[in-house]
Amino acid sequence: MADVAAIRSPDIKKQSGFAFIAGSCIAVLYLPMLVVIAYSFNSANNLGAKWHGFTSNWYNVVLANTEFYDSTILSLIVAAAATLISTVLATAAALGTTRGRPWRGQGSAYLAITTPLVVPEIVTGISLLSLFAFLSTVTGIDLGIWKLILAHSAFCIPFAYLPIRARLEGMDTTLDNAAADLYATPWKTFRYVTMPLLVPGISSGAALAFIVSFDDFTITQLIAGPGETTLPLYIWGRIRRTLTPELNAMCTLLLLISLAFIVLSFILSHRRRA
Amino acid sequence: MAEIKDMQRLDDARRRFLTLPAVLFILAFAALPLLVVLAYSFMKPATYGGVEWQFSTEAYVGFLFQKDIFDDSLTFSSEYLLIFARTFLFGIATTVICLLIGFPTAYHMATRPPQTRNWWVLLITIPFWSNLLVRTIAVMFIIRDEGLINTILLSLGLVDQPVTMIFTDFAILLGLFYSFLPFMILPIYASLEKLDFRLVEASYDLYASRFQVLTRIIIPLTWPGIATGCLLVFIPSFGAYVTPLLLGGGRHLMIGDLIALQFGSSRNWPLGSAFSMILMAFVMLALFFQIRKNAGGVSHG
Repeated sequence: MADVAAIRSPDIKKQSGFAFIAGSCIAVLYLPMLVVIAYSFNSANNLGAKWHGFTSNWYNVVLANTEFYDSTILSLIVAAAATLISTVLATAAALGTTRGRPWRGQGSAYLAITTPLVVPEIVTGISLLSLFAFLSTVTGIDLGIWKLILAHSAFCIPFAYLPIRARLEGMDTTLDNAAADLYATPWKTFRYVTMPLLVPGISSGAALAFIVSFDDFTITQLIAGPGETTLPLYIWGRIRRTLTPELNAMCTLLLLISLAFIVLSFILSHRRRA
Repeated sequence: MAEIKDMQRLDDARRRFLTLPAVLFILAFAALPLLVVLAYSFMKPATYGGVEWQFSTEAYVGFLFQKDIFDDSLTFSSEYLLIFARTFLFGIATTVICLLIGFPTAYHMATRPPQTRNWWVLLITIPFWSNLLVRTIAVMFIIRDEGLINTILLSLGLVDQPVTMIFTDFAILLGLFYSFLPFMILPIYASLEKLDFRLVEASYDLYASRFQVLTRIIIPLTWPGIATGCLLVFIPSFGAYVTPLLLGGGRHLMIGDLIALQFGSSRNWPLGSAFSMILMAFVMLALFFQIRKNAGGVSHG
């Protein structure tokens, strides 16, 4: 019988045409990005598709551009602060919602933490704009770049929380129990047993939080005040001016920064579990 | 026994305490702002942006009716309703196209050997997290009148003048598809990866055709992943803001842009708030369907 089945369908997993679609899918996803990168080396003075020759000069232009530099620094500060805040809160929440009997209200807590994932960005943006406007009319306080940091921290929490939670669910509690049996305090158990095992999960979550914050455009654009120009906002502003391959060079640099964190997070979360 | 119960309670209390800061933070900076918007949607617009603290249902009435400036009479106006309908259609179309391309891709990924599989996942993960603004700019470069496609077509002599693609509905749909395709692939892949292929083998033994195996075995068993993927594509494309702005050129509006417009140059915050609340109602509806279908999928499986 097995032989007959083998002759009739040599590969039970095959579905015709699927390999072709998958290959086209990769081509479609990568071609536009590769075109942007390739044209950042075009020596033409405009953004036409004609190739004028190779130059790396546009990168010198970008790196000498103080506005680009300032907006990158601001993006890095906001993303670092948001990553720190969201990762600490997400780690605590992940420890509180895994391993052990679910407590009453845990389901609602999970729902609350993942809320930012299902609210469209435009709605989050205008709702934070309304909140901060309300705060400043009532109290007269303008939070400055803290507006960006607080907003980014909030929508980064679920992105940090989910990988940490996944890692915790894969870890059993035997070692923690052993530590507790040996009279370790809960803090010591966490510091010397749970935490070292959890580091890959935390780093992976932190890397995702960093990317999400660093790349955010819609929400930031709505709540940023004058002078609070992050890198995506600066690039957006440049689209409205004369287009040169300098824009491609900036986009390429932005892609490279995200790429570094994406690969980092991927490696950390796919490493074989200890 | 009593002691163990006490310890359990202590543990519960501690884990609640650990979860609390994240929940409070999100309530303060994600849920509370939505309540503010809900409140704003029932107020009157102030002249220079912001709201006047006066109860009014004007914003919701304004969604369907236009008020005559002279005698305050209301006439039905389908302007906003049409933009909502357009956005809904864009959302559905994007979801369907992403599903048609995304499912075969995810299936192909899940049937590779484990080592190759990881590379595929990385290849989809990179665009998944890459900057959406930059990716939209990339689409713009390619379909512009002076873009790559038109330059190639012109130099091959296939057309005499550039084919207008940018600032059309086609451009928006292409942009949405390109932006959110990875969101469809990864959840479906996660479901397919767990699929027990012995079931597929069994159905071939029972003389099922490839198509039958696909529609009666594989798709029903991976339904939770498909539903999640559809939701992850539908929600952001329904609320899209950057894509129609860049690729639609501001002439082909979607709700996202309409909302931003009310908070920007139109200075009608209550109307923008009302649009946001209607948008959220659609999102809730989509979530509700997903949860129901997911529950259904589990009971059948």
